[in-house]
Amino acid sequence: MQKSLHLNADKCTGCLQCEMACSYEHEGIFNPVKSSIKVFSFHDEGRFVPYTCTQCDEAWCMTACPVDAITLDAATGAKVVNESTCVGCKVCTIACPFGTINYNSSTGKVTKCDLCGGDPQCVDACPTGAITYVEADATGFERMKKWAKATDTAGAV
Amino acid sequence: MAWTKTILRVNLTNGTIDKEPLNMEWAQDYLGQRGLATKYFTEAVDPNVDALSPENTMIFATGPLTGTMASTGARYSVICKSPLTGAMACSNSGGYFGAELKSAGYDMVIFEGKSPSPVYLSIENDNVELVPADDLWGKTVWEADEMLHKKHQDPALRVAAIGRSAENGCLYAAVVNDLHRAAGRSGVGTVMASKNLKAITVRGTKGVGNLFDAKRFMTSVAEEKKVLAENAVTGEGLPALGTQVLMNVINEVGALPTRNMSEVQFAGASKIGGEAMLVPRESDGKANLTTNAGCFGCTIACGRISTVDPTHFSVKDKPEYHKNSGGLEYEAAWAVGADTCVDDLDAATYVQFLCNEDGFDPISFGSTVAAAMELYEIGAIKPEETAIPLDFGSAEALVWCAEQVAQGTEFGKILGMGSKRMCEHYGHPDLSMTVKGQEFPAYDPRGIQGMGLAYATSNRGACHLRGYTVSSEVLGIPVKTDPLHTEGKADLVKAFQDATAAVDSAGLCIFTTFAWGMDNISPQVDAACEGNWSVEKLLEVGERIWNMERDYNIKAGITGEQDTLPKRLLKEAAKVGPAEGRVADLDKMLPEYYSVRGWTPDGVPTDETRSRLNLA
Repeated sequence: MQKSLHLNADKCTGCLQCEMACSYEHEGIFNPVKSSIKVFSFHDEGRFVPYTCTQCDEAWCMTACPVDAITLDAATGAKVVNESTCVGCKVCTIACPFGTINYNSSTGKVTKCDLCGGDPQCVDACPTGAITYVEADATGFERMKKWAKATDTAGAV
Repeated sequence: MAWTKTILRVNLTNGTIDKEPLNMEWAQDYLGQRGLATKYFTEAVDPNVDALSPENTMIFATGPLTGTMASTGARYSVICKSPLTGAMACSNSGGYFGAELKSAGYDMVIFEGKSPSPVYLSIENDNVELVPADDLWGKTVWEADEMLHKKHQDPALRVAAIGRSAENGCLYAAVVNDLHRAAGRSGVGTVMASKNLKAITVRGTKGVGNLFDAKRFMTSVAEEKKVLAENAVTGEGLPALGTQVLMNVINEVGALPTRNMSEVQFAGASKIGGEAMLVPRESDGKANLTTNAGCFGCTIACGRISTVDPTHFSVKDKPEYHKNSGGLEYEAAWAVGADTCVDDLDAATYVQFLCNEDGFDPISFGSTVAAAMELYEIGAIKPEETAIPLDFGSAEALVWCAEQVAQGTEFGKILGMGSKRMCEHYGHPDLSMTVKGQEFPAYDPRGIQGMGLAYATSNRGACHLRGYTVSSEVLGIPVKTDPLHTEGKADLVKAFQDATAAVDSAGLCIFTTFAWGMDNISPQVDAACEGNWSVEKLLEVGERIWNMERDYNIKAGITGEQDTLPKRLLKEAAKVGPAEGRVADLDKMLPEYYSVRGWTPDGVPTDETRSRLNLA
């Protein structure tokens, strides 16, 4: 079964452990700037919201790339940037509707989430379970279960 | 190597900025942050300088683990001579600013002299410049933060700034970063204002790397994060209730000071504690607490993000205060709540917002208001001096006082003197609940005896973060001791003081020590830093730092005579609760403490002690 990253902002505390884990895995350094997963703070609302690439099946970044530098990792479903092929044209960053593929000026290439080859480090690093790696076909089941309970009137009658 | 090995030296008088290599010999003896910056400070600054003169130096310092993945590796400290106490000031803060400074490539920034006109320091990796800040002067922290973000057009910019209270000479003004994290105590913000330095902006994109043994570090960090997650305090209590988990606990112990520390239990404690922050209110159905929040890298996440009830009298016509911001921590809730007998959670939260917005320490502020209320009660402060009666328990009076300090009005400036100077001003010095001029935090030493010794001997005046024996005496961490006993407390206080100095100097948060011992911290420091960082070495470094701070204070004229507590705590017995009939028995602990420390009976480190610790 294919797995997918599942993000739950309700549980996020804004600690940025995920960003550090990502940058350490890919660049060997603790540097949120180099992370493919980002936590956004909406200060006035008191919300921290993590966000990253959801690995579209029909990946517009991959389709748009003129040099075929973005390829499918069949094992994980991740769309992976091949740095040696990427020419840094940034067309993918325009094509992606979600902004989750970005240019890295220090390397001259684009970067995006590659699911760490099937062992996403952000998941391990997250202290609250705000980021999980679950069956792609069941990402909604936890929420569904909560609502299922709400529809169950047996207890109330 | 964890250290960036580069420091910035900014001479505000001349407008020069120099980069220099970190003194690695000192780093091996003092580790980083609090210890290392204090070493730089004491080597350079005459102990007798006026704290608000250009001759005072101010250092913003990170630790070797700041900006790494070690849990709570967010911390930085502001080091200078305190205008409130005349002693060493070292105020520690979290948020994101410290990690950003490290990621820009600096272990510390040293500010010397005084700028001829208002400036802020802009740091973008290697590009560092002093920028005119005339437009920022007179603005609140929140306004300055917004203006700087707009000017730099960079949402990721991190800002540390002072507010109007500092500019107006409030002696307990703070440096506030990330809108609501603060280097809060001892008036470090006041020193920043005296230098005409309004803010520091940082954008760091270099990251933190080059650890001594990165693989070992990552293994150790993962293991120790698990320890925090599985611990009842760091894994459950603090995330759920924040430090406010303590309000009801400390009240039950009979150590929650109230009415300017004249009593030890507060009837309204449950209305202003952590549990009360979770109860939905009638007006909008929301609880005071919106969410908990972590500082950079923190897997505990004790921070409170709160709103004030929009229908509450303090904010009902002020929609700008209806948004979320940093809410009440325990010490603040105690000072502005219990000590003033105000059991109004929304008033306390609004006052916390004002403390963040205009940068002043809620502990010193609340305690000063409590003293003002007592002065009012005995007729020393006259009704015509205040717009409303300063009665104990009056939320309106508390809110009014906070607005006066924020705005720097005439009475606000009196409150801004702090409790000691204000009580002297009105001819009642005994009503000031301070040690060495700094106001107490939230633990009554009549009910927690070890804290009396910790307060009396703290190098920055009354403080809970210099030796938190509450851990042992109330929570049983690492071992339970009886809070009403004095036996063994000298050793306990020394152990906590030394360990805390080491934890601070690593760049970690002291709250980790509810779950971590030095044997959890040592492997992380040892993997990150070159050199041997065993438990023994860390404790030796902690003891060295403690004695260095002590030496500086003695040279500044703050001697063993000031290792004492207000008469009220030494003479007036607790009237209720488990500590009923008890005073703070400081005299039973202090001589033993001096002996355990290797100090003379007057409290001076002996030559033998200095030599053992490699102190000149």
